[in-house]
Amino acid sequence: MTLPPFQQLLDAHGADLHRFCLAQAGPHHGPDCFQEAVLAGLRAYPDLRDASNLRGWLFTIAHHKVLDHHRATARRPAPVATLPEAGALAVPAVDEDLWVAVGRLPDKQRGAVALRYLGDLPYADIGVVLGCSEAAARQNVRAGLAALRQEVSVR
Amino acid sequence: MTTDPLELSLRGATTDPIADLALVVARAEAEGLVDVAYATTDSPLGRLLVAATPAGLVRLAFEREDDDEVLEQLAARVSPRVLEAPDRLDEVRRELDQYFEGQRDQFELPLDWRLSGGFRRTVLETLYADVGYGRTVSYLELATMVGNPKASRAVGTAMATNPIPIVVPCHRVLRAGGQLGGYGGGLPAKRTLLALEDRRRALF
Repeated sequence: MTLPPFQQLLDAHGADLHRFCLAQAGPHHGPDCFQEAVLAGLRAYPDLRDASNLRGWLFTIAHHKVLDHHRATARRPAPVATLPEAGALAVPAVDEDLWVAVGRLPDKQRGAVALRYLGDLPYADIGVVLGCSEAAARQNVRAGLAALRQEVSVR
Repeated sequence: MTTDPLELSLRGATTDPIADLALVVARAEAEGLVDVAYATTDSPLGRLLVAATPAGLVRLAFEREDDDEVLEQLAARVSPRVLEAPDRLDEVRRELDQYFEGQRDQFELPLDWRLSGGFRRTVLETLYADVGYGRTVSYLELATMVGNPKASRAVGTAMATNPIPIVVPCHRVLRAGGQLGGYGGGLPAKRTLLALEDRRRALF
């Protein structure tokens, strides 16, 4: 099996991986999650045995970095919700609150919504990343969207 | 496609990853995770791709070779941890610039020979060590220099598969009688290099 040059992965998936991390972990911690995910990927890459879904593999690593971040912040006193800095996340036609609301979703819903809309992964792959069935992945996306509609009004 | 404004907003999010990508490459370098660093550089022969391992310059490719193919070969033959990390190639690019400006008659770069082996490597190392700036030899002469005068054809193959052209000067190897022979960068490139060295030789 031959693995493509790692740079090819960064060129193809780096931008989506970056917004995936920032949308979930915010503009302060998102970049760390992103960098940690890429470094972890690079460390493991030469030993990878299955190159059939490199995008899914990268998003799995990033998803775990985001989970680590949320677990660490959950142990600390709840911070005052911080809005993304201007320009850090360009969000057309929506309140910045959307990203705060995304950050507050339960892990599986947040992960499912982000994998679906920021990672553009098919439901089957979302299930693989989250460790659940395709049907459960769909259900988590639906539940996540419903929760977001309660929290924010999108014009 | 959905027309739901919430889904569109989520999908439409954009961030600027450039700065974080640069940081990640720097961190990868600091941790020794970049097995093959590459960069591109402009030259009178067109754009060149240069790639280095921690041991030294491992590959130089002309524009007419497909970048993706060159990088895929490096991933397969050296390591898939191939990253664009131009800083690591600064010295290579500096020496190439000086060479093309006629300010340098030999390279002082560490070279990584791992992409050639056996007889081909012997031939290329001999060429690098013993056929200096402005000089030319025939395939037969080079075969004789490595102690195997019957091996001109194999010497030709060694030149054709030279992974580090320009620096390992296969452009200085001609057919008997002074005909150009072949060149991976194309014959106009070979002529340009020979003319450059011929012009400058008197000055060094």
